Amino acid sequence: MKRGWAGLSVVSILVMVFLYGPILVLVVYSFNAAHLSMAWRGTTLKWYAALLHDEALLAATANSLLIALVSTLGATCLGGLLALGMEQMPHRRQQMIEGGLVLPLVIPEVMMGVALMLFFVMLKLPLGILTVMLGHIVFNVPLVTIMIRTRLRKLDPALREAAADLGADSWQVFRHVTLPLLRPAIWGAVLVAFTVSLDDFLVTFFTAGPGGTTLPLKVYSMIKSGVTPEINALSALLLLISMTCVALSLHVQRREV
Amino acid sequence: MATSSTPPFIAFDQSLLPTPSTIDVRGIVRRHGAVLAVDQVSFQVRRGEFFSILGPSGAGKTSVLRMLAGFEDPDEGDLLIDGQSMLGVPPNRRPVNLVFQSYALFPHLTVFENVAFGLKMRRVASALIEAQVRQALTMVKLFGKEARRPAQLSGGEQQRVALARALVNKPAVVLLDEPLAALDQQLRQAMQVELKSIQQQAGLTCVCVTHHQEEAMMMSDRIAVMHQGRMWQVGSPREVYERPCNLFVSRFLGVSNELPGRMGGPIGEDRLFQPIDADQPPLTVRTLTSEQAGRPATLSLRPEQLRMARERPMTSGPVLSGRIEKVLFAGSDTKYLVRVGPERVWETRMTSDASLPSFTAGDPVFLHWSLPDGRLFFE
Repeated sequence: MKRGWAGLSVVSILVMVFLYGPILVLVVYSFNAAHLSMAWRGTTLKWYAALLHDEALLAATANSLLIALVSTLGATCLGGLLALGMEQMPHRRQQMIEGGLVLPLVIPEVMMGVALMLFFVMLKLPLGILTVMLGHIVFNVPLVTIMIRTRLRKLDPALREAAADLGADSWQVFRHVTLPLLRPAIWGAVLVAFTVSLDDFLVTFFTAGPGGTTLPLKVYSMIKSGVTPEINALSALLLLISMTCVALSLHVQRREV
Repeated sequence: MATSSTPPFIAFDQSLLPTPSTIDVRGIVRRHGAVLAVDQVSFQVRRGEFFSILGPSGAGKTSVLRMLAGFEDPDEGDLLIDGQSMLGVPPNRRPVNLVFQSYALFPHLTVFENVAFGLKMRRVASALIEAQVRQALTMVKLFGKEARRPAQLSGGEQQRVALARALVNKPAVVLLDEPLAALDQQLRQAMQVELKSIQQQAGLTCVCVTHHQEEAMMMSDRIAVMHQGRMWQVGSPREVYERPCNLFVSRFLGVSNELPGRMGGPIGEDRLFQPIDADQPPLTVRTLTSEQAGRPATLSLRPEQLRMARERPMTSGPVLSGRIEKVLFAGSDTKYLVRVGPERVWETRMTSDASLPSFTAGDPVFLHWSLPDGRLFFE
């Protein structure tokens, strides 16, 4: 029994090292004073400072944040409405839509990217920041819908009946009962959608045109000319934002009500 | 000089006066797919009355309640509250409030906000809301817990909040869906008494759905027994218990000791009854109707109507012989299971009083009862 547990914890530690080792190395080397070297030449924050003076990088950051913000907002509105609407549908149709929602999550993202690019070109939409936003909304809607729907289905239907019984019309039921009870799921979905949008590479790669460069795209283009400590610093920052968002998302969703 | 055509004297029944009935249900039918959930149900509830709909699960009683609340519409029939038809009126515009079985308290609101919800929806002035909520909370003895969340309350307290949340709106009718089902036995009994006293104090009209026969009998002014979508009998608890209209009602409201047999010939003003078990001699029975001899019937008796003796009692009334099969001590009472036929065991109860003669398993005994207590049911 005890030996079994010990074996298990050794395996878990190995898995954790395998998962987070490379990331840890990256973060540690973002503080390395040496340029283009794996040798340690002392601790510094100069690469982080350098990031702040890189005009192109700041532009990419602004793009990333704007795209994440707009696509999150769009996906949350659409996904939330879809989740609410599905509740009213007959069971069979709900299942059909659910199937359709899962599909974009399982098909290879390269395909999604190519398909979206072809679709936008067909529509004669110039590739740029707008098409990236639309692309991100497309993959975020299923995420948001599924997260809100999960919560919605866990709500006791008697709560909404009780509100109606106490004199609330359908808008008041939504405003005073359904919406407050969905709030944790909505915030959770917002944070996850924001993170996924911020981190996305493939769909962005295919749908971005001039002026649509995001942080992950920027990192990719910088890597072509060699891994610099600036990239390490930038990646560490991205990592920090993403992990904060995910942790916050888990936290708000765990909170009861 | 009475002739045979004069109607018999009928005792003056208060209920025949045209007292305002708050609820008037007229032949409602409700289908769930191919299943007839509610089949031609009609009843009236008077103002200030505690009316229970009693039945096993699946009897259709919850459907009736949901139709009163407005969550379902009847497929046929009409449903009036205070003289107004409620057909097509949505739940938020009906003068009724439902206390849900799960309480359905809003988990994101405090006790105060939960109780104030109905008043807020009707845009009552906030000063008035404050006063009325306090009054309602005082009534259910929850004063001082306004700031708590439902999750911080015990089951009994949650039940009181649910009640206060309904009462504060001063509805014409309070609908109760298995109000005490989620409470443990002791709390349940205390709440029965309390619920009843709140109802009487406030003069509330209540319609309560329950499958718990004892609860229904203790709290109700009248009980309606439902089974398979139909309402079989409506009457005071004593009426339905002592004079059930059929074997189902008899069995559902308590222990029914039964003996199938056939009607025999007259014996004086009464009749003979031949039990189906050949080794039992015919019994005397009393019936108001003149049933044909040979008609199959079932005799039924409540455990407390039976008396048990070691010697054959010196009575001209009905006597059944048997043998004690089990003695079940249950505190203040002792239950005796008496075998009266090859496939028939009757139950009787006696106070667990040490000064009374005690019986043990295996004792041959005689069960007897007073003639009018024996009830006959015909197929």
